[in-house]
Amino acid sequence: MRIPCVYCGERGHEEFAYLGDATVQRPDASSATAAEWHDYGYVRDNPSGSHRELWQHVSGCRAWLVVTRDTRTHAILSVEAARDVALSREKAAP
Amino acid sequence: MNDAAPNAHSAAPARRLGDNAPLRLAEGGLIDRSRTLAFTFDGQRYLGHPGDTLASALIANGVRLVGRSFKYHRPRGILSAGPEEPNALVELRSGARREPNSRATTIELYDGLVAASQNRWPSLKYDLLSINGLAGPIIGAGFYYKTFMWPAAWWEKVYEPLIRRAAGLGRAAGVPDPDTYDKANLHCDVLVVGAGPAGLMAALTAGRAGARVVLCEDDFRLGGRLLLDRREIDGRSALNWVAATEAELAAMPEVRILRRTSVVATYDHGTYAAVERVNDHVAEPPSHEPRQRLWRIVATRCVVAAGATERPLVFPGNDRPGVMLAGAVRAYVNRFAAIPGRRAVVFATNDDAARTVDDLAHCGVDVVAVVDARPQASAVMADATQRASARHISGGAVTRVHGRLGVEAVDIRAANGATARVACDLVCVSGGWSPNVHLASHLGGRPEWDATLAAFVARNLPERMDLAGAAAGDLALADAFTQGHRAGSAAAEACGFSAASAPIPLLDPESTATSPLWRVTGTRGKAFVDFQNDVTTGDLELAHREGFRSVEHMKRYTTLGMATDQGKTSNVNGLALMAELTQTSIPATGTTTFRPPYLPVAIGTLAGHHRGKEFRPTRLAPTHTWAKEQGAIFVETGLWLRAQWYPTPGEKDWLESVDREVRAVRSAVGICDVSTLGKIDVQGPGAAAFLDFLYTNTMSTLAIGRARYGLMLREDGFVMDDGTVSRLGPEHYVVTTTTANAAGVMAHMEHAQQWLRPGLDVTLASVSEQWAQLSVAGPRSRDVLRAVVDPAHDISDAAFPYLAVAEVSAMGGIPARLFRISYSGERAYEIAVPAGYGDALVRALMDAGRAHGIVPYGTETLGVLRIEKGHVAGNEISGQTTARDLGLGRMLSRKKDFIGRALAERPALVAAGRPALVGLKPVDRSLRLRAGAHLVAQGAEPTAANDQGYVTSVAHSPTLGHWIGLALLSGGATRHGERVRVWDPVRSGDTLAEVCDPVFYDPAGERLHG
Amino acid sequence: MCRGAPTGRRLPTVRYSISSLLGQAITGNRGWKPAWRRTEPKPVYDALIVGGGGHGLATAYYLAKEHGMANIAVLEKGWIGSGNIGRNTTLIRSNYLLPGNIPFYEHSMKLWEGLEQDINYNAMVSQRGLLNLYHSDAQRDAFARRGNAMRMHGVDAELLDREEVRAFVPYLDFDNGRFPIQGGLIQRRGGTVRHDAVAWGYARAADRLGVDILEHCEVTGIDVVDGRAVGVQTTRGAIRAKKIGLAAAGNSSRVAALAGLRLPIESHVLQAFVSEGVKPLIDTVVTFGAGHFYISQSDKGGLVFGGDIDGYNSYAWRGNLPMVEDVAECGMALMPMLGRLRVVRSWGGLMDMSMDGSPIIDKTPIDGLYLNCGWCYGGFKATPASGWCFAHTIARDELHAFNAAMRLDRFATGHLIDERGAGNRPNLH
Repeated sequence: MRIPCVYCGERGHEEFAYLGDATVQRPDASSATAAEWHDYGYVRDNPSGSHRELWQHVSGCRAWLVVTRDTRTHAILSVEAARDVALSREKAAP
Repeated sequence: MNDAAPNAHSAAPARRLGDNAPLRLAEGGLIDRSRTLAFTFDGQRYLGHPGDTLASALIANGVRLVGRSFKYHRPRGILSAGPEEPNALVELRSGARREPNSRATTIELYDGLVAASQNRWPSLKYDLLSINGLAGPIIGAGFYYKTFMWPAAWWEKVYEPLIRRAAGLGRAAGVPDPDTYDKANLHCDVLVVGAGPAGLMAALTAGRAGARVVLCEDDFRLGGRLLLDRREIDGRSALNWVAATEAELAAMPEVRILRRTSVVATYDHGTYAAVERVNDHVAEPPSHEPRQRLWRIVATRCVVAAGATERPLVFPGNDRPGVMLAGAVRAYVNRFAAIPGRRAVVFATNDDAARTVDDLAHCGVDVVAVVDARPQASAVMADATQRASARHISGGAVTRVHGRLGVEAVDIRAANGATARVACDLVCVSGGWSPNVHLASHLGGRPEWDATLAAFVARNLPERMDLAGAAAGDLALADAFTQGHRAGSAAAEACGFSAASAPIPLLDPESTATSPLWRVTGTRGKAFVDFQNDVTTGDLELAHREGFRSVEHMKRYTTLGMATDQGKTSNVNGLALMAELTQTSIPATGTTTFRPPYLPVAIGTLAGHHRGKEFRPTRLAPTHTWAKEQGAIFVETGLWLRAQWYPTPGEKDWLESVDREVRAVRSAVGICDVSTLGKIDVQGPGAAAFLDFLYTNTMSTLAIGRARYGLMLREDGFVMDDGTVSRLGPEHYVVTTTTANAAGVMAHMEHAQQWLRPGLDVTLASVSEQWAQLSVAGPRSRDVLRAVVDPAHDISDAAFPYLAVAEVSAMGGIPARLFRISYSGERAYEIAVPAGYGDALVRALMDAGRAHGIVPYGTETLGVLRIEKGHVAGNEISGQTTARDLGLGRMLSRKKDFIGRALAERPALVAAGRPALVGLKPVDRSLRLRAGAHLVAQGAEPTAANDQGYVTSVAHSPTLGHWIGLALLSGGATRHGERVRVWDPVRSGDTLAEVCDPVFYDPAGERLHG
Repeated sequence: MCRGAPTGRRLPTVRYSISSLLGQAITGNRGWKPAWRRTEPKPVYDALIVGGGGHGLATAYYLAKEHGMANIAVLEKGWIGSGNIGRNTTLIRSNYLLPGNIPFYEHSMKLWEGLEQDINYNAMVSQRGLLNLYHSDAQRDAFARRGNAMRMHGVDAELLDREEVRAFVPYLDFDNGRFPIQGGLIQRRGGTVRHDAVAWGYARAADRLGVDILEHCEVTGIDVVDGRAVGVQTTRGAIRAKKIGLAAAGNSSRVAALAGLRLPIESHVLQAFVSEGVKPLIDTVVTFGAGHFYISQSDKGGLVFGGDIDGYNSYAWRGNLPMVEDVAECGMALMPMLGRLRVVRSWGGLMDMSMDGSPIIDKTPIDGLYLNCGWCYGGFKATPASGWCFAHTIARDELHAFNAAMRLDRFATGHLIDERGAGNRPNLH
């Protein structure tokens, strides 16, 4: 695969490390239930199709990226800097 | 290659054979007659010429019997002239370079080539296992699933060894491959696969447009089918056009031509794997060159012009030596000037085979009959037949082949059913052409059936890929040029270049009309579908009868298409026959799945230079050179090579050396390179809050100039890593990680920084490689350091107590960091200097320490010291242990959120009975403990139900005078004072140990302070 | 338990033996019967197994054989055996570390040892030994821990030193290795099995007990009424059932989603490779300890080998180049004699990677719906015990001691079965 890093351009995926599902959100420690922690830690949609996922450009700029990729075809639909995604998520949070 | 004139084809004269080989034409062909190459096959010496393949040279020498088949050991000859060859497999080269299953049709002849037939005993001509052919009815498809079951114990002892010896084809060398391999990357605008007419046209068009083009050709010569067909382009031999095109491409600076290079696999997003056979055409690679090179090609666009593969026909005896593909016969007579026989029968389903009739006649071969399976007479075929003065049989079939080791005659059945025997030594067959759609299908796009073409064509192409020429199903040469030009233009334009239109060459007339014949019916005898795996029509019928009807079941049950050729000549015939048996259409029956690689690829090529010591990089500590001078014994720890211990003269084993090193640290001072620890610089206004989130304990309260032991969990609540956190300034920390987890912790922290806590203003930098860090440990450590740390810095205990940290200078102004931290339990320091000064630092410290009895120590002593102190390390932080398991529960802050806090509270992680850290001492102090031994209660049987834990780490403690161990034991500290059975059957160990506190030495920790 | 009489048309079967082979040879092999019947779905079954792979077929066989359930069907969306049973590296072993795993895998090994006689199908169970190499003291101690755990459970395990390994497999790189071989842990009862034959053999044996095998029958919906699974929608119509077992491997998340379940599973691609056939060269199974690589030689002569998963979620059934190179590099580091041997085929399968690297065989929060998944890349060796335990769980509505730890709720309770200690990172297991 080739992943277009938002900072470095398109690179072979061997430069990147994979973490997994980017849609699971770390619960709010002050209020979360055990079930929410369990879901965050262990339960995944594992879709056949579009998947938002975290990669890190470990052999490049070290940026964490949110890559949206079709798991059936490996087609990469979008790439965003994870920090930007996380910041806008924080902003959107009440 | 620079040999025969480009117009060699048209110069081929009739009826005169050459001198050095009985079936070599006197003139013509793309071989260099000015040079002679000697080679041997099965010990017999033959001669050939540059430009020959092993197959063409064997044919020129009249050798027809080349190999034996897999199962029935049937005599086999040469079927094809290309990589699809299923029959002519040989062991190439000898000794350590022996390559089994090498296709004679693709081996470029070189002087001194040695080849041998395989899978036969005692000889190719008299092969005892050909008796298997008689057992055919018993050993049909899948017979082995039905027998060899009684008695059960006989499978491994009797049946399987027999089967395994009979199976397999050639013999591997069985010794290390002496050659080297290389890997390289190539980025281009347009990758063109195949340098036949379509590929050349595509490359030329894209190249003229200015695109960066890579043109890969499997063969050692460009031209593809233009090399084997006598065609005219613009009124001249097609070879002129090839030569002119090649010259133009070679002159383009942005075009790279890779000959002898097979593109073998398509991967995602325009990535391709190609294998360049750099030195397979010589006896041995020059010492400075690899044998083969793996190219990782990344292309914006790809034009696959990989041609098509001719299909054999299925009739009894179709595997006999002398039955050859019609197109291959043209290759041998036209390109190699070698005639595969003197009396030929042509049996075909299409007009393309008419060219074979013409070409055979042109070079003097007697074409005795042309059997056209099509009931409607073809004018093209009839005309060729007439020109060759041969018999023309429309709607006929070859029903039998006579001759055991080679064709002697065939039975030909006419349309009216009358059968006549015709003597011949060559049968040219053509069942039509299958486009080579492999590369277009590797990403899962299923090819579709094209009824007109009677073949699968690629659909749902991968992004960025195009097909042209025969690979696209455009079998006519005119289409190859048109489509090659179209594809080349489109590819260049997709890359931002504009391609000019170019005149398409004028061609002689051609016909590609075809009509399939999947098998000759109404016959008896074995008719082969898959030659190499000996799959017959009878096997397909049996598979059908037993319900193995889906394509994949049929393949797997009969093994059709699973040989080294992966069914290049057999899959479509097999599929069509299964469709016939199930009375469904071919598309309804299915398609075959194309998997990489397109051609077999040597494992060495895929590995490149990553073997032996070069398998993975070696990281050397900053003091490595110095340690080597001291005679250190080194050990691989991850990628690092670390000093394990430093033997001194007279020491008889490692234990004696390590005991000495330990005693020196406990009594005087020792020095150890700990640069391999991960070192991460953490800065910014958010640094303190950030580290509070990462570590289980609180780091924001750490005073500037102080260090603290830190523990990290994974988010699932298990211990991830430990290390020290030092605060250098209000917004500046430096943390260490274990050697093994350095990279993992860095990524973990960056994840927290960028994803979990993006709002914190904190910056991270790995400085592991930037700092050399040495541990100076022992009661005299401060004395040694005093001589190295610049005098301006007060390192007295008052100014620099335990857990103090300071930025200092050393050795006269070299910036340094000094940490008073201890792994050994002694007064100890770690001093860090820029990595380049590490060597100087160790020498300075050794000089300064000589008076104090300093010794260097390695990782073994490091381990003993920490085990004596009950510190946990990688053996305990196994990813399966919690902080409480390790006796570190007190480090779990209750006042803040940190990674892993919530999931660490799950019931099973806090359950009372969990094995927890204890110390062990052998009851008989003379006995040794071993890590990995399991623990059961004293007197209990070592059963699963009684398993109470295991020994994690052991050391011989010179301080205590006996072996000690750390263990995880159910009940942990509540068991202190008990005895447990230490059971280690895999090393014949079974002993008793006393459970004790894991801190064996100085439990009060007084020595830390001096 | 309903013991509905099999209603599908039963074809006469021919018992496999040397005498039937000879007899058939004389009569032109015309008397062989289909290994399993082709039949139309019935409207109602006592139990449905979703997934016609090794595990699903074995489950059906043991449901019929051990629990007397004959009115059952296996639903397969493609052709049976088209999943991981048809694309693996054929290894069997029971050399596990943790008490939640060892008894289960040892039960599987024992079932392998009697399988062929049980199902009257030669699956070529070849106990040629399986050797895990170690390259460091720490690895040796970890292997000793595992070997000792195996011995505690009555499983065979031996720790070999370097010279013992050298005597056993002299062709490894002992003298020039980047990570020198120090020894190995061998399970002599480990080995290989002809993978396709396992699917076919179970299918044939289940068929003889009346099980309907429905190919090209994709489940498109699971009908849940009042918290109870009552049937499925398929491409061949609706089918009602009292019990439904899911054994969909890499497609587990997709199938479970039809019942509204989310699983602790990610689907990843694992590639495997086969070389050209050569005469006997490697007569055991060797796994590298300084990288991901394992290799054996098939009875046909091809070297069968593989490595790590590609490492990212995928349903694409194909791998990528970097892992191909990694596997070859490990192979050459371990056995430099492989250099000139050629790979003829590579393939990718979908692995149902669980969050702790161990499987799940359990009931679900939905009554009558049972789950079998999480095999990571070790499902082949588990096939018999997986079917056996899943059949027990479906038939009795309870877990057997062998799969007692393989619960779905273990992630919530923390009773993880994490052999590697890699945590909740499926791609690291």
